[in-house]
Amino acid sequence: MSKVFIALQTNDDTRPIIESILADNPHALPVESPAMVKIDAEGRLTVKRESISERIGREFDLQELHTHLISLSGHIDESDDEFTLHWND
Amino acid sequence: MQIDLRTVSIKPQRQTYGHIERRFGDKPASRYQEGTFDLQPSANFHYRPTWDPDREIFDAARTALKMQDWYAFKDPRQYYYGAWTLARARQQDTAESNFDFVESRNLGALLPEDVRQLALDLLLPLRHVAWGANMNNASVCAYGYGTAITQPCMFHAMDNLAIAQYLTRIGLLLGDPGALATAKEHWLYAADWQGLRRVVEDSLVVQDWFELFIAQNLVLDGLVYPLFYKTLVEDALSLRGGTAVAMLTQFMTEWYAETAKWVDAQIKTACAESPENAALVRGWIAAWQSRALDALTPLAQRALGERAGAALDDLATQFAARVAKCGVPA
Amino acid sequence: MDMQVPKKKLGLKERYTLMTRDLAWDTTYQPKEKVYPYADYEGIKIHDWDKWEDPFRLTMDAYWKYQAEKERKLYAIIDAYSQSNGHLGVTDARYLNAIKIFLTAVTPLEYMAHRGFAHVGRAFPGAGARVACQMQAIDEMRHAQTQIHSLSNYNKYYNGFHDAPHMFDRVWYLSVPKSFFDDAITAGPFEFIVSIGFSFEYVLTNLLFVPFVSGAAYNGDMGTMTFGFSAQSDEARHMTLGLECIKFILEQDPANLPIVQRWIDKWCWRGVRLLSIVAMMMDYMLPKRVMSWKEAWEIYFEENGGALFKDLARYGIKMPACAEQIRQEKEHLSHQVWSAFYNYSGATDFHTWMPTEEEMQWLSQKYPDTFDQHYRPRFEFWREQQQKGNRFYNKTLPMLCQTCQIPMLFTEPGDPTKICYRERDYKGSKYHFCSDHCQHIFDNEPEKYVQAWLPVHQIYQGNCFPEGSDPTAPGFDPLAAVLEHYRLNAGRDNGDFEGSEDQRNFEAWRGMAKRND
Repeated sequence: MSKVFIALQTNDDTRPIIESILADNPHALPVESPAMVKIDAEGRLTVKRESISERIGREFDLQELHTHLISLSGHIDESDDEFTLHWND
Repeated sequence: MQIDLRTVSIKPQRQTYGHIERRFGDKPASRYQEGTFDLQPSANFHYRPTWDPDREIFDAARTALKMQDWYAFKDPRQYYYGAWTLARARQQDTAESNFDFVESRNLGALLPEDVRQLALDLLLPLRHVAWGANMNNASVCAYGYGTAITQPCMFHAMDNLAIAQYLTRIGLLLGDPGALATAKEHWLYAADWQGLRRVVEDSLVVQDWFELFIAQNLVLDGLVYPLFYKTLVEDALSLRGGTAVAMLTQFMTEWYAETAKWVDAQIKTACAESPENAALVRGWIAAWQSRALDALTPLAQRALGERAGAALDDLATQFAARVAKCGVPA
Repeated sequence: MDMQVPKKKLGLKERYTLMTRDLAWDTTYQPKEKVYPYADYEGIKIHDWDKWEDPFRLTMDAYWKYQAEKERKLYAIIDAYSQSNGHLGVTDARYLNAIKIFLTAVTPLEYMAHRGFAHVGRAFPGAGARVACQMQAIDEMRHAQTQIHSLSNYNKYYNGFHDAPHMFDRVWYLSVPKSFFDDAITAGPFEFIVSIGFSFEYVLTNLLFVPFVSGAAYNGDMGTMTFGFSAQSDEARHMTLGLECIKFILEQDPANLPIVQRWIDKWCWRGVRLLSIVAMMMDYMLPKRVMSWKEAWEIYFEENGGALFKDLARYGIKMPACAEQIRQEKEHLSHQVWSAFYNYSGATDFHTWMPTEEEMQWLSQKYPDTFDQHYRPRFEFWREQQQKGNRFYNKTLPMLCQTCQIPMLFTEPGDPTKICYRERDYKGSKYHFCSDHCQHIFDNEPEKYVQAWLPVHQIYQGNCFPEGSDPTAPGFDPLAAVLEHYRLNAGRDNGDFEGSEDQRNFEAWRGMAKRND
């Protein structure tokens, strides 16, 4: 299985996003660098709107992710509720 | 040791970049200036485009217009990406509250049926007109010369797309996806839209980018926006209880007022450069204006009935005055 | 229609279709071939543009909302950073030289991408693809401008930032990035999207924008970190577009595979050659280092690119032919390129230097198989010479590769002691190459690459002197004339960092910050 990843800036807005991703994807591994974190995951990684909304106490729109995103890899499946990265192998 | 860098007062070596200094002097420059002037590469291109082998990548000869300095085409709004995006985001906020207002109070349902139908019939096919404008402005950005004029054309192209999307939302708010499909049918087949569709399609194949700028941004928009958004929506429909429609098209009205000033400044600059340019501009306007007015006649009749003739005369008179003010010779 | 019935909410995808491709129609008053004249000549077969999957679904209202938020944040930081003399907070003024390269070599490419995506954003017959490309066209303008605006404050205090557009069109080493993008934009629209949208954006830009920009943050450069990461937030969309394009083209017709494979091979190699300058920036120009070039390469190319090519294997796409050579080169690249720039430091817009002993130890540790054996002795010799007052400057113009335009500085695969040369006769002239791969690229399109504007040839032909120069006049100094033509101030903008005006000013200004007067 290949790894997908998502890299986010580290700031006050992204802390709950990163927490949610790590909680929803127990197989994911965060790698910290100055000002950023890269989250690697075997095969698949899902960002859930619901989990982030719970943590920030308001409705989160998945498109807000784009404000903090640095990079990613894998194919994207996007719905109103989930943003998924995966490889097809 | 904590050092407080703010307290250091040091004298800058220079105020701005060299190419900006050569144009405007060694003084602090605006973000518009630093982000615009001389940005386009202009010498020592490596290869000829395989899609246009007779020309350079950026080549001033893609229009018949001639300029000593292509950066004479300044944008009075001084839009660079940030300024443009912030301005549009503010307008978008207003548009959003207008849509919310109409939707939450169900004002669409309260429209007199004939007004609602007329709005759908006449506004929704304009989605496709705006889409043509999007393609044409992308074209001017791609093949034009000098960042000062190509940059705002790309912003304009995205504005055109946004307008097509607002019109789509109007269709979905006052009607449903079926209303959009019907309007597209009209655009493709109904007799009264064919003149306008032909003009739009003909503009898509214009090779001279400055002619295209004039055909699209001065002539077509200069006649379509006042006729539909001012005369039809703001005047005629509002009198008949259709104020809600005017709320939904407020973006277009304000956008047109703002961008017309920029378009006029470009025409003025082109004509002031030389009598040859002025003659070219005049010829392009004349050719496209008469075709566009003919194409709009059946639509004006649909929109305004017997007052169409007078409205079209007014439109032509106001357009002529605007063009004259830009220094285009009679 | 009964307006009281609540409307069915449209799904994201359905709604986006109405907002984009449903706006388009098949023209009948003008033939398709005239409306989209550049769609067919590359031989790519597209049967059904409706099969295009939108890589992201952003309508203009949402686009403005999110981009405005990013811009507000970005410019607030730029303002705060310059108002508080943030430049004095970077680790060391040597660092700024990497940022000079950014402004002169990378920013103009952002601009070229802006125009290139406007071109394909008009040229593709598919409406969904056009919209995605147009959005990228304005994003790229954003990147060019946010870089210019962020770096504007550095230009006020430090040398070499002062004339980027002029230099991009003229300075010898900048013909490397310039010819790279000229190559892409002069290709057809499909090759453009494969070269820039896929090979460059998806496979390679991570290397510049992720580890290097994180390195900028580590070195206290909040300006660069901010524009870098803010640009990357758009890049995620661009990468998705690049990947969608490849999938779409390959799914449309099996005959597209060999064409696309040739482009991927070509553009991976072109991109790797272009990024050799980033290798040097990471290993030699960041006073505090996050990771080595080799490590970054392993993460972002070998691991991530590997996963990508494995995924694309189901279409028949293979890892680019050059992969083996670049695997070997990762051990050598940054050292060889830094050596070359150290040599030619009299003709650049930035300073170079020899690494300190501590930095050499870091390099030995990161490159245990190559640094001590092949590069340390050379660097120690140069350092010794410099201490004796013989700082080495190479004044002989180098031979350039006809394809990538980099001086012949790379070594033979498998033999790091021997410079790699290849040559080819074509229509009575001899052409030179840095590698087999650059030669193959030439062989595929010789009529294109014979046009290359090679700076060294142009200097020898007398095309790079100020207007009105008389090279036959007694005492004519060709190098000085070339530098004047470049608008470079010899000794002030270039040469060794030791003893430079930048070094002196930075020290003096920082000293002022520490004193209480």
